[in-house]
Amino acid sequence: MQALDDFRSSARVWLEENCPQSMRTAMVQEEIVWGGRRPHYENPESKVWLDRLAEKGWTCPTWPQEYGGGGLSKEQTIILNEELRRINARPGLTSFGISMLGPVLLEYGSHEQKLEHLPKIVRGEIRWCQGYSEPGSGSDLASLKTKAELQGDHYLINGSKIWTSYADKADWIFCLVRTDFDVPKHAGISFILFDMASEGITTKPIQLISGASPFCETFFDDVKAPKNNLVGRLNDGWTIAKRLLQHERTMISSFGLASGQSDRGGTTSTVASLEGAAMHYRGDKGKLSDLVLRDEIAQFKIDSTAFMLTSQRSIEESKQGQGPNATSSMLKNYGCELNKRRYEILMKALGSQSLGWEGEGFNAEELLVTREWLRSKANSIEGGTSEVQLNVIAKRVLGLPDILSMSKTNQ
Amino acid sequence: MALVLNEDQQMLKDSAKNFCQQSSPLSVLRKLRDTNDEIGFDTQIWQQMLSLGWAGIAVPETYGGFNFGYSGLGVVLEESGRTLTSSPLIPSVLIGATAINEIGSESQKLELLPKIIAGELLLALAVDEQATHSPSNITTTATKTDKTYLIQGKKTFVLDGHVADKLIVVTRTAGGTDKEAGITLFLVDSDSPGLEIKRTLMVDNRNSAQVHFDDVEVPSEAMLGEEGNGFIALDRVLDIARIGIAAEMLGSIQELFDRIIDYLKQREQFGVLIGSFQGLQHRAATMYSEIELCKSTVRAALAALDNPDLDRIEIAELASIAKAKLSEVYFLVSNEGVQMHGGIGMTDEFDIGFFIKRARVAQQFLGDATFHRDRYATLKKF
Ligand SMILES: Cc1cc2nc3c(=O)[nH]c(=O)nc-3n(C[C@H](O)[C@H](O)[C@H](O)COP(=O)(O)OP(=O)(O)OC[C@H]3O[C@@H](n4cnc5c(N)ncnc54)[C@H](O)[C@@H]3O)c2cc1C
Repeated sequence: MQALDDFRSSARVWLEENCPQSMRTAMVQEEIVWGGRRPHYENPESKVWLDRLAEKGWTCPTWPQEYGGGGLSKEQTIILNEELRRINARPGLTSFGISMLGPVLLEYGSHEQKLEHLPKIVRGEIRWCQGYSEPGSGSDLASLKTKAELQGDHYLINGSKIWTSYADKADWIFCLVRTDFDVPKHAGISFILFDMASEGITTKPIQLISGASPFCETFFDDVKAPKNNLVGRLNDGWTIAKRLLQHERTMISSFGLASGQSDRGGTTSTVASLEGAAMHYRGDKGKLSDLVLRDEIAQFKIDSTAFMLTSQRSIEESKQGQGPNATSSMLKNYGCELNKRRYEILMKALGSQSLGWEGEGFNAEELLVTREWLRSKANSIEGGTSEVQLNVIAKRVLGLPDILSMSKTNQ
Repeated sequence: MALVLNEDQQMLKDSAKNFCQQSSPLSVLRKLRDTNDEIGFDTQIWQQMLSLGWAGIAVPETYGGFNFGYSGLGVVLEESGRTLTSSPLIPSVLIGATAINEIGSESQKLELLPKIIAGELLLALAVDEQATHSPSNITTTATKTDKTYLIQGKKTFVLDGHVADKLIVVTRTAGGTDKEAGITLFLVDSDSPGLEIKRTLMVDNRNSAQVHFDDVEVPSEAMLGEEGNGFIALDRVLDIARIGIAAEMLGSIQELFDRIIDYLKQREQFGVLIGSFQGLQHRAATMYSEIELCKSTVRAALAALDNPDLDRIEIAELASIAKAKLSEVYFLVSNEGVQMHGGIGMTDEFDIGFFIKRARVAQQFLGDATFHRDRYATLKKF
């Protein structure tokens, strides 16, 4: 206990001295730091904050120091997170490297692969994208067809991916490829890493209903990836792919969490809380006049608190270093459905002021709500659809039988 | 916040599970019903519970208890919920002893708590007057005379009312009907003249009664807490009770869900196990998720009761969150429990029916989901 108390006080002192003032305010979309070879810092203090955190390995606090991480225990990490929350510190770095690739490299990568990739993830030097889905392989991910053939010291990769988030901005890709076409589909998949600057790769952005284009079609035309970049054993990529999905789902489930006192991540404005917004747009004082909406908001906030407690409990229950398990599907599904509900209620709260697309008649925040509402619809699709999560729970957690050979789906 | 049980709490939970499964299975409730038992619980089982110390789990050592906290009592209630055990554990221990411990004077505590723990005294709380829970809506009056008070009015849904030795009666000594100010609590002997207690047979086969007070005379020493200032203290007792009931509901819901999943893995139709139908799988997975949320809210609320740093409002919020959530999910799972069993789920011979019956009573008791969502919104100032 004493050691943990000491850790808390030293972390507190360090944060006090090192976290720049503007990094202690609610995060705004444009200032999220993704890192990479072509980093973008809307706010110069973001870079200072990232570099200081990375120096201590605290962008990835639990990773071993040997690979640039913080080397902290689970208890220390919980304390660090509490201290970060206490000063309302922003995350220094957001990346698929941290939330998805890193954890599986630690589990399945070779020592050389860890040494090569993990420190760059910690420091935000390389930005990763995820090459899983293909036009014909979504929920049925294991049916993927992108082909990799061994040719001497490298694999030759041909095929295409779709919905690859930030493929046009990423430096490297972790990619599922078929290395054997003559075996049952799960048994012929491999997990490989390569540089997006390699010859033969093209990306084509796709526009979302929200107007943004964060994801792409990605085409591979005789792309060469060094043989050593294969992670784990040849044709054993499905094991790693599924494990990575558990990490991804745990990450996505956090969309369901409210931040601090606010219902809508990181704002302090009129739309920060659902009830605040509802009362503001109706001119209500003290009590919300629409009693049906009031009940719906109360129910949402109760579920949201219960969900937050459940996420906390799953952290308390997990053993050091064990990472997520099949319950990540439950958290992913619940969190995403909750986030969608949040935006539907926000739309009701704002009335027609939530329906603007651009231009006059709406303030910036109202216009953002419209876009965020549309974006939230993807939550129950990305990372495996809600239906797929329910399949995983039924099969993996509840042990229900599987006559439809549900193993087709990306669970 | 501790959302995981510590070793001692886990041990208590395991031993409570053992006891309930071995000595107090669901068949006991069925037998009480079938024999129209007058008392409404099995006195031998109750004696065994007393000798296990269950009545003193949450009571401080000064008054003969074990100071093991509400987290401890919570796991016992959870396990007794699995077997739908009918006992004075809720009326007398969770509510009665808590009320004395929270509101009573030092001498009341010294006198009454050891008796409750020894099983020499059964208590019942008489609060509700209408068909729905509304604890400030009190019309039962207590009028001061020289040295006594005269109680006039009627109460309903009084758990264990017909077997209790004393009733804790919520009365109005001042103020308008639905006002929190002016509420006063009294301890009334159940054999007092002018008191009429009628047992009501409820759908869950547990004890409940309606009580009429016709100028029932009680001495001023029988007052529990301060005159006119009873509501805040009462509401805290009710919150503890709501959290305890939520713990019992959690046990019942989990038992019900386990039985559903077992059935899905054993019943065949169309040549396959019904558990392979996606239409049922997704509903089962949804129930699983909701039950996980229930566990977290109950653990958090029980832990909050044992945490002296939390204030009244924080406890009240957690109590309403737990009671609202558990009421919704018990409703869901009890309905699915009947539906997913098909025809057999509708038969009296099969146990599932006991759960849906208990579910509705537990949902209503001390406020249903709507009551608690409204209360939560009010606590959150919207
Ligand atoms: C914003 C966004 C970002 C994304 N980012 C990435 C990324 O970076 N990298 C990447 O590889 N992919 C990414 N994806 C792709 C995502 O993983 C897929 O869209 C998802 O797995 C669903 O596949 P699909 O779109 O082909 O839908 P389909 O699989 O065709 O599903 C259509 C409908 O059928 C249902 N369905 C399918 N199978 C079953 C079943 N067995 N039981 C019941 N219902 C079923 C689905 O639930 C869905 O409702 C992203 C998607 C979105 C929306």
